[in-house]
Amino acid sequence: MAMRILNPGLMTTIQDLGRYGYAHLGVTPAGAADALALRVANLLLGNDENTAALEMTLLGATVEFERAAMVALTGAQVECRLGTARAPMWKAFPVLPGAVLKCGAITGGARTYLAVQGGFRLKPAMGSVATLRSAHLGGLEGRALKAGDRLDVRHVDAIGVRRISRQALAYLESRRELRLTPGPQASWFGREGLERLQQGAYVVSGDSDRRGIRFQGEALALPPKSQLITEGISLGAMQVPPDGQPIILFVDQQTTGGYPKAANVIAVDLRHVAQLRPRDEVHFRMVTVDEALGLLREQEEWLRKAFD
Amino acid sequence: MRVIEASDSSMLVVFGDEISRELNRRVIRLFHDLQKYLGPEIRNLHPAYASLLIDFDPLRLPPAELRARIDELTGQSGMTSAEAARQAIEIPVCYGGELGPDLPDVAQHTGFSLEEVIARHSAAEYTVYFIGFSPGFPYMGGLPEALATPRLKTPRTSVPAGSVGIGGSQTGLYPMQWSGGWRLIGRTPMRMFDPEANPPSRLQPGDLVKFTPITRESFDRMAAGQTDEPKAGSSGTASSGTPGR
Repeated sequence: MAMRILNPGLMTTIQDLGRYGYAHLGVTPAGAADALALRVANLLLGNDENTAALEMTLLGATVEFERAAMVALTGAQVECRLGTARAPMWKAFPVLPGAVLKCGAITGGARTYLAVQGGFRLKPAMGSVATLRSAHLGGLEGRALKAGDRLDVRHVDAIGVRRISRQALAYLESRRELRLTPGPQASWFGREGLERLQQGAYVVSGDSDRRGIRFQGEALALPPKSQLITEGISLGAMQVPPDGQPIILFVDQQTTGGYPKAANVIAVDLRHVAQLRPRDEVHFRMVTVDEALGLLREQEEWLRKAFD
Repeated sequence: MRVIEASDSSMLVVFGDEISRELNRRVIRLFHDLQKYLGPEIRNLHPAYASLLIDFDPLRLPPAELRARIDELTGQSGMTSAEAARQAIEIPVCYGGELGPDLPDVAQHTGFSLEEVIARHSAAEYTVYFIGFSPGFPYMGGLPEALATPRLKTPRTSVPAGSVGIGGSQTGLYPMQWSGGWRLIGRTPMRMFDPEANPPSRLQPGDLVKFTPITRESFDRMAAGQTDEPKAGSSGTASSGTPGR
């Protein structure tokens, strides 16, 4: 049984939760930008959380199913149609043999996940099928999907689907205030610099992608003659190049870099970074690592209780 | 040594603020000590010139516990056995010609003849300080100062896989086709990065490296895959320390 890509949309890749354990070889994890949305999609379908799905960006894909399947759509709101019926979000639903699922513009965010029960039969590269386009790794030939691609769906004997409770859905709403912890070079920017970062609005620039989200707003001043020797970069690091406009390094980022890092997006807010669209306005707020870890525990607690 | 919380899920161990063999040796030692713990708790390790970034899952490994483990490991002295007996990995390189189009630039900048550049570049022993920038790309120390040549003003949009170059006071090679601004002086037929291999990268952080000049004929023969494990043909040394694959 297979799913055929009739139209790939703007940029659709196959992503699981990422390729870990190879940063020392220069290989960044990649993986779903909105990892929580992928995990929920898989849990709805009874899949393992790490099962790969389609990550669609700004414009959805159109796919055809050769046989019956169970499907789930999570992440940013998208208008998808099964024939004349509207496909639900955050809910597992069946598709019939020959069904065409047609997704249009993604609204209220940037990325939507299309997962199928059983997952796709793909050959992992270094333990993962996450697509890393810059290195041609994972997914289908390490590239974005194109019309005519065929993805084999792994057969599973009927497994139970789950439902997310109505109250639980509120947690999934998007945030435009990103919370940060201080980065390794935070002191370079001084208390004043970090204050300024939290005051004004920053606008997402059009040349943002999975490698990094670029912002335009009040420039951060770097101390004169500030030279950093190349060091490792963590996911969600806010790097400040000489022009002072911050860049949040993201899932396809390089493993090392030489620009100072003023701050780092906290783990639970990375999914909100994933949903930023060009021209979106955000604010930044500093929190402590303890607060960030409290919020992370809260998220995992939510996930355990989210399903009926 | 400073241990900094780089984020809620990563810890940066900084040994110093300069590029030196001494500092890098300490980075590599901690990297080797932590490498065996790679898994659900310690998710990724990023060694660099003088620091090691550790990505971890704070829900499985509380930051305080990781800090204690780092203190314990860095408190121990003495060389590990892996450090004591290391052999240089030999990488065959066809210098100059169309495979090394910038060799004349390097010769002109340094004042050496083409042959002298090749002789000096292949006589030196290099250390892989770390791998970053792109999969398998080694940052190496040990380039003779006399060979330092500035990078290209405009980087090439596509550098072929296996290209060996000089960028400022560094030398290195591009394991995959990529964009880049280093002066290309030669190319190796050896496959440096292969996701199917274990380990996928022929070079590892901390490795010692030597470049061995080969002829264009040997290059073509090796590139065609007739010799799976290229031996250093022209120099006659049989000690090609190819890593276990």
